[in-house]
Amino acid sequence: MGYEPQADFGTPEVQSETAVTLTIDGRTVMVPAGTSVLRAAAMSGGSIPSLCATDSVKAFGSCRLCLVEVDGMRGTPASCTTPVAEGMIVHTQTERLARLRKGVMELYISDHPLDCLTCSANNDCELQDTAAEVGLRDVRYGYTGANHLGEATDSSNPYFDFDPSKCIACSRCVRACDEVQGTLALTIDGRGFASKVSAGQAGDDFLSSECVSCGACVQACPTATLQEKAIKELGKPERAVVTTCAYCGVGCTFRAEMKGEQLVRMVPWKDGKANRGHSCVKGRFAWGYAKHQDRITTPMIRESIEEPWREVDWAEALSFTAAKLNAIKAEYGPRALGGISSSRCTNEEAYLVQKLVRAGFGSNNIDTCARVCHSPTGYGLSKTFGTSAGTQDFDSVEQADVILVIGANPTEAHPVFASRMKRRLRRGAKLIVIDPRRIDLVRSPHIEASHHLALQPGTNVAVLTAMAHVIVTEGLADEAFIRERCDWDEYQDWSRFVSNQRHSPEALEAVTRVLAADLRAAARLYATGGNGAIYYGLGVTEHSQGSSTVMAIANLAMVTGNIGRRGVGVNPLRGQNNVQGACDMGSFPHELPGYRHISGTETRAQFETDWGVALDPEPGLRIPNMLDAALDGSFRALYVQGEDILQSDPNTHHVAAGLKAMDCVIVHDLFLNETANYAHVFLPGSTFLEKDGTFTNAERRIQRVRKVMEPAAGYADWEVTQELARAMGLNWNYAHPSEIMDEIARLTPTFSCVSFARLEAEGSLQWPVNEAAPDGSPIMHVDGFVRGRGKFMVTDYVPTDEKTGPRYPLLLTTGRVLSQYNVGAQTRRTENVVWHDEDLLEIHPSDAENRGLKDGDWVRLASRTGETTLRAQVTGRVAPGVVYTTFHHPATQANVVTTDYSDWATNCPEYKVTAVQVLPSNGPSEWQESYASWSVKSRRISAEPAE
Amino acid sequence: MDFARLTYMANQIARNFAAQGDAAAALTCQHIKDYWDPRMKAAILAGERSGLDPIARAAVELLES
Repeated sequence: MGYEPQADFGTPEVQSETAVTLTIDGRTVMVPAGTSVLRAAAMSGGSIPSLCATDSVKAFGSCRLCLVEVDGMRGTPASCTTPVAEGMIVHTQTERLARLRKGVMELYISDHPLDCLTCSANNDCELQDTAAEVGLRDVRYGYTGANHLGEATDSSNPYFDFDPSKCIACSRCVRACDEVQGTLALTIDGRGFASKVSAGQAGDDFLSSECVSCGACVQACPTATLQEKAIKELGKPERAVVTTCAYCGVGCTFRAEMKGEQLVRMVPWKDGKANRGHSCVKGRFAWGYAKHQDRITTPMIRESIEEPWREVDWAEALSFTAAKLNAIKAEYGPRALGGISSSRCTNEEAYLVQKLVRAGFGSNNIDTCARVCHSPTGYGLSKTFGTSAGTQDFDSVEQADVILVIGANPTEAHPVFASRMKRRLRRGAKLIVIDPRRIDLVRSPHIEASHHLALQPGTNVAVLTAMAHVIVTEGLADEAFIRERCDWDEYQDWSRFVSNQRHSPEALEAVTRVLAADLRAAARLYATGGNGAIYYGLGVTEHSQGSSTVMAIANLAMVTGNIGRRGVGVNPLRGQNNVQGACDMGSFPHELPGYRHISGTETRAQFETDWGVALDPEPGLRIPNMLDAALDGSFRALYVQGEDILQSDPNTHHVAAGLKAMDCVIVHDLFLNETANYAHVFLPGSTFLEKDGTFTNAERRIQRVRKVMEPAAGYADWEVTQELARAMGLNWNYAHPSEIMDEIARLTPTFSCVSFARLEAEGSLQWPVNEAAPDGSPIMHVDGFVRGRGKFMVTDYVPTDEKTGPRYPLLLTTGRVLSQYNVGAQTRRTENVVWHDEDLLEIHPSDAENRGLKDGDWVRLASRTGETTLRAQVTGRVAPGVVYTTFHHPATQANVVTTDYSDWATNCPEYKVTAVQVLPSNGPSEWQESYASWSVKSRRISAEPAE
Repeated sequence: MDFARLTYMANQIARNFAAQGDAAAALTCQHIKDYWDPRMKAAILAGERSGLDPIARAAVELLES
């Protein structure tokens, strides 16, 4: 498409079953009741000048430009605040209105710079457009009176400037921050002529304020007051392409606004069904990594990891790699080879990687990053409901009455959905937070959790079973729902189990450290407060009982009848952008695409016929098993696409030892990541801007990724995998990712009606999309569970084997921050480091004092597995006895400290519970020093050209 | 394969199925069948079983049969 601004209807859309008919400038218009006259005019193709109105925020009625005349109504009401009425006759263009509008515009322009030709918003400015629209030709007041033209620009934010000299005090930015983002960082300070937009407290600038740089204010600004620095540097875009963000599982859609092959800015797409026109700092601004100087765009190989890299052309890299893989396969058998697909790559790319492993390598040794995040979700929800995914769409939160957030911090990790959740909470939904940390949601502007159960890390199952105990023993179970939808005998077994006194909140109080009265009150609220919706994250899954916790959550939803309609459900907040899709595409070693077990003869035969090869009927190795098998010599080659397991996976020493033991490690990535320090082949990757394909978000929504520039290294990732397959002797001939999707649809029942053509037509589709649900499935399990009857699973609390003691008295839990993403490979290479340039250790004031630590001190963080050094942040966000850090920076490598303990069912690592000691330190740990030295050595690139 | 680790994994699975009563050993066995790679199964079958908890040991015996 060419460059056209997104349509703005002035005021938000209204949902109503009642239609109202009115006349606007002689046109008959029918709109939902409650719609503003301004919006009705826009919907019917008309245009009423306005400045303070935009359809992302409620009507404000301050600019006095959108005045209209209405037959039978006195005066000239503002059309933005006037709702339509049946039979209303509206006039938007009269002599009287023209005079009034021109007078208002004169006032605005009398205090606005007249530098349109050199202004960065020239030809993309609502003030300029409106002046033209009202026919302003002169300003009677002159320009010499008191004004704001000398106000200094605030350039503190790395991505946008605030130039108050161009501000018209329309409050759109303030209202966007309040209503869309929910941070309430901005305000209008002063009154009358002294009114000015202010970020934070007196003395703050945008960077030091509470602003989270979501960009909502920039998007709402009608002038050049709040504008992207990139626009100032590069000018107005010339075309826009709608694509999907490559950060987090929310799946925001954006317009990539381009000048030739230069990305100028990413603007949230208002028609995006996941984000509804909103964004966060990462998706909106942190895309600079795509052109970062660290990107490797030439393939590289080496015989040994002790050697420097040697740059080669694609042909040599691929033949070198294929020869190595074929030789290992011939000598050690197919099960000595494996691969890891990427949750940052497209569905089509993940599908090809698992196909290469199964059909080319000949094993089922395929895994993905879900191993370390939501594999327990796949296990738990498939056992209870029959499908490995969340039950709702994001819109569903609008109908929730009680929101239970457990083990998730949406404000930091899923910020765009968090804003929607906060909006629902501000409108009256109740909130229960179950988390060891006092996360932002517990108390933020106009939001306060009814209950914050600050449990001891590792006791999720105990808390949830105690909640079930309360619900069952107090007669709060929805027996009618259970009888109709679930297996009644299994329910009775389960209800007897949870009713046992040993599962009462009182009995478990010593274990969970949650006051029984609080837990009882929370359980009653969830069971009786109306629509109850559960949202959870890695604080649920990354435990030794991660799968049990997921099943306990499913039990709670079933026992209260909170499943199968809008406003309820079980909602895993997936971590990476396409982790749902990578799982859907058969990236687990026991499952073919569509979550069908590899041992199923019929399913396997379907793939064997289509692919023309025999498949191994036995499950393959999971990532930690691959590393174990490497150490005993039975696993020797690994193809890793778009993941950095050395930094992201637990017990770094063990990961390093496993990688080092392999004969051939192939890293296919944008950068020489930490895993590449142990690799023999580096294949340059492509960013999401450089390829076509699809991502699937946390609500099972399949959305298009569209290429806006050519791949820096010449090939999209799917093409590289295809070339590697060909080099190994496979006859693959995909000309476009749409052909890969056609194959996926052919072989995967939940995708059978998905195609690129349909995605173009529909915008997005939520699987299952098949003959039974041709338009997709926004809500699952509506009339029945996928597995038939819902299955209650007995979830006994089994304490973790990771114990605190005199040597390691504190519990470490890990997580992420808003500005960084996963291992930081992308975000560390953007201006986001302004907010977070190192991992910090959060420690409670009492624990800090006991150790003589002050805020900012260097501390040594040690566990039974390893130790690292980082700086302390003394804060009450964590409870006494608990410390917290992030894993975004390789200099810290928090996973040196985490252990091999993992979820019993899936081997998802127990990142959230590590016994540690924290002591003062005066320098990096031995490991940090030796790794830094190794890292420099391993990244050497030979100056000698390839032969 | 690291036999101690496999033993730990089998015991951990068994502990989490223990609440299922009589079905625990069969469920543990099925879990190993469904999710373990052949070399892992072979190693647990071939290895010393004294470190296995009773349910896990029964599960391995079922796996063998």
